[in-house]
Amino acid sequence: MKLIHFTKKGLYCIPGKFYLDPWYPVDYAVISHGHADHARWGMKRYLCHHHSKPILQHRIASDINIQSLGYNEPLLINDVKVSFHPAGHIIGSSQIRLEYKGFVVVFTGDYKTTSDNLTIPFEPVKCHEFITESTFGLPIYKWLPEDVLKQQMHDWIATNQSNNRTSVFFGYSLGKAQRIMKMLDGVDELFAHRAIVNLNEAIETSGIKLSKTKLITAGFDKKAIQNKIVILPPSLLGSRLLKRIPNAATAVCSGWMQIRGNRRWKAVDAGFPVSDHADWDGLLSAVKASEAEKVYVTHGSQAIFSKYLNEIGIPAAEVKTEYGEEQLNDVEATETTSV
Amino acid sequence: MRDFVNLINTVEITNKTNAKIQALVDFFESATDKDKLWLIAIFTGKRPPRPVKTSLMKQWCMERVAIPEWLFLESYSTVGDLGETLALLLPEPTHQIDNTLDAWMQDVIALKPKTEEEKKDFVLNAWSGLNMQERFIFNKLIGGSFRIGVSKKTLVNALAKVSGIDANQLMHSIIGNWDINTITFDALISGAHINYDNSKPYPFCLAYALEKELKDLGQPKEWQVEYKWDGIRGQVVKRNGEIYIWSRGEELVTQQFPEIETVMQQFDDDFVIDGEILALKDSNVLLFNDLQKRLNRKNISKKLLEEVPIGFYAYDVLEYNGEDLRNSSLEKRRTILEKLFASITLPNHIKLSQIIAFDDWDVLGEIRENARGINSEGLMLKQKASPYHVGRKKGDWWKWKVDPLTIDVVMIYAQKGSGRRSSKYTDYTFAVKKDDGLVTVAKAYSGLTDKEITEISRWVNKNAIEKFGPVRTVKPELVFEIAFEGIALSNRHKSGVALRFPRIKRWRKDKTTEDIDTIASVKSLIHAQ
Repeated sequence: MKLIHFTKKGLYCIPGKFYLDPWYPVDYAVISHGHADHARWGMKRYLCHHHSKPILQHRIASDINIQSLGYNEPLLINDVKVSFHPAGHIIGSSQIRLEYKGFVVVFTGDYKTTSDNLTIPFEPVKCHEFITESTFGLPIYKWLPEDVLKQQMHDWIATNQSNNRTSVFFGYSLGKAQRIMKMLDGVDELFAHRAIVNLNEAIETSGIKLSKTKLITAGFDKKAIQNKIVILPPSLLGSRLLKRIPNAATAVCSGWMQIRGNRRWKAVDAGFPVSDHADWDGLLSAVKASEAEKVYVTHGSQAIFSKYLNEIGIPAAEVKTEYGEEQLNDVEATETTSV
Repeated sequence: MRDFVNLINTVEITNKTNAKIQALVDFFESATDKDKLWLIAIFTGKRPPRPVKTSLMKQWCMERVAIPEWLFLESYSTVGDLGETLALLLPEPTHQIDNTLDAWMQDVIALKPKTEEEKKDFVLNAWSGLNMQERFIFNKLIGGSFRIGVSKKTLVNALAKVSGIDANQLMHSIIGNWDINTITFDALISGAHINYDNSKPYPFCLAYALEKELKDLGQPKEWQVEYKWDGIRGQVVKRNGEIYIWSRGEELVTQQFPEIETVMQQFDDDFVIDGEILALKDSNVLLFNDLQKRLNRKNISKKLLEEVPIGFYAYDVLEYNGEDLRNSSLEKRRTILEKLFASITLPNHIKLSQIIAFDDWDVLGEIRENARGINSEGLMLKQKASPYHVGRKKGDWWKWKVDPLTIDVVMIYAQKGSGRRSSKYTDYTFAVKKDDGLVTVAKAYSGLTDKEITEISRWVNKNAIEKFGPVRTVKPELVFEIAFEGIALSNRHKSGVALRFPRIKRWRKDKTTEDIDTIASVKSLIHAQ
């Protein structure tokens, strides 16, 4: 059965007459999560998870026409049963399950299969067709356990403090920043950029409790920040604000940091492979758990991952989408941030 | 090995030389004597020969991880480093091996004569006893370079900081002949062994690009002017009947150039001379591309010896019969050099660098313009009163190169770089118009900013025709201005021309494929030179 049509505007649900994460303005958009390459401006109607709603309102506009659902709460749209299921990527991120006349398609959006102690963990969903991302679709990507990564980051901060240095972490304002805050909770005072603090406030309106941060503004007090921890969006690498931070030691948190070439390219002092995407084993386990008879592979290593799936006997095809601009861009954010 | 792993992690990520030096200092202050010596050995190329072929290590890894070869190759082309690819693919360790660097190196040496089966057992056991970072270091210890930006100079500066010994003396000590089994760290850095070392070279004196008007240099008679050659700077050391040829990268290259070695043997005197190693046929200087064929070969075939014969142009003499002349004036050194070269009958391929006579600065411009016609890069201006400096000093020696030739070309292939550049498409192949199509004229990989490379990589990702493998064919759309030092007809190139030292000058976003050069307009530059 053909439930989804891959169009130039995005993934179109034929009987439901709505799009999944479209990249051009459409009438009805069902959104997997709040990142800019998935939740775009200009849709007449939005549908997303409850926790994504304040994020979309904050990032797109407060007056958008938006409806939200909880996980596993089906909604019928033109006889298509639509429901959201935890994707474990960022707060509010969802796999979108579509059911029509007994035929089930799951669109993952972005996801990770391991728990980050912040986001509701990924839940495998069985389906006939599984549309998966493939950002880190190579066997060289294997993430370290959360506690090991966390310990590495804590050790790095301790070394910096013994050398009288301020620890500055770079990560997307939405998702990575909150995860870094969680990982560093209680180590020392956390300072965060306005872009992050604003998102934190939006997220907290859903009743989610985040780690405490202080705002770092352009005219910050150097003494108060010395030897502490600062979290900034990646677009502020090399910025004036960063240069003002006394004795800054810089670290990028991104899955791309798994590879030495990427760490060195960024000319920072450290790179921690903290990723909100599934690694190779995560992608394979999600595909297998879906028990899908056909897999469509979107943004990332779609050619490689679909070829591999075919070789191990899982019929797969690649799909061209406009998602994942940030992965071509390495650790640079899709967002633009001003100081 | 943990301190060595930490050292590598620290130095590889930073691009600040001081941070690298500090990490090396920390290592030298805490590591064992043998580990310190191994560190120096590894970063000066004095390491045991590779005991295991990389193809076998790749094979064993694919077996262990159970992935097809194409997937291994995709991983490799993403990572850009074989040792790192293996380390990333292998599973988490089942046990923990905690050996010193010295113990690992002894194992690596002992491995060489063993059977393939024994080698495999050793490597697989090591892989399952080391974490990812340690596996990476282990793979590098087996063979391969670290590519982490620790130059001999950085190493020596760290040693100088630790020991208080002069950096240049340390440079002599670490690049001289020493054996890790018979020397101590203190003996090495105190330099006891270099008194006995007939091969000891001097640091090269280097020049800056000319940055002032000629007339501001003073009187023409105060200056010695020579052609600048695009070969390899070399230092020929002859002491006690032994000949050593050092390259500028402080490598001993004696065996690579028998044409120079045999002639130098004929001198009666001892000396250290500085000059240029060139590909030289019938007294004509060939392109650097030709010279490259002679480099880093273990065996040189008779055919290659005939096809690309080597010659040497002598610039300077640094030591004569045991006396260090570096503080004497260039004028005096040149007199000694001329006397030395007159002392025996020399063949055509070993010559003094020609001094260009001139009375007036004005005539030099034209001589420089004509330099390209004899495959010279331009002129060298040297103050006659100058000593032979250590390294690069401003003021006494200037290089005055001819302006490069430039053409507009379109990118047709892109390939990922290695090391720091492995995440980006940094190596490009360019074409010009020929009839209704395009023909490749050059490959180049330098000249762009990191920001431009990032932008081009993103474009390549979106516009590539292939999905697999390391090379991407792209739509001929991005136009670049490339610069090069010279051009010659060539049968070996499809375009019929060979460019000397091509590099990217500018990304011409203002131009389209319509605006690029044609092969005819490129060839017309040959006659214009």
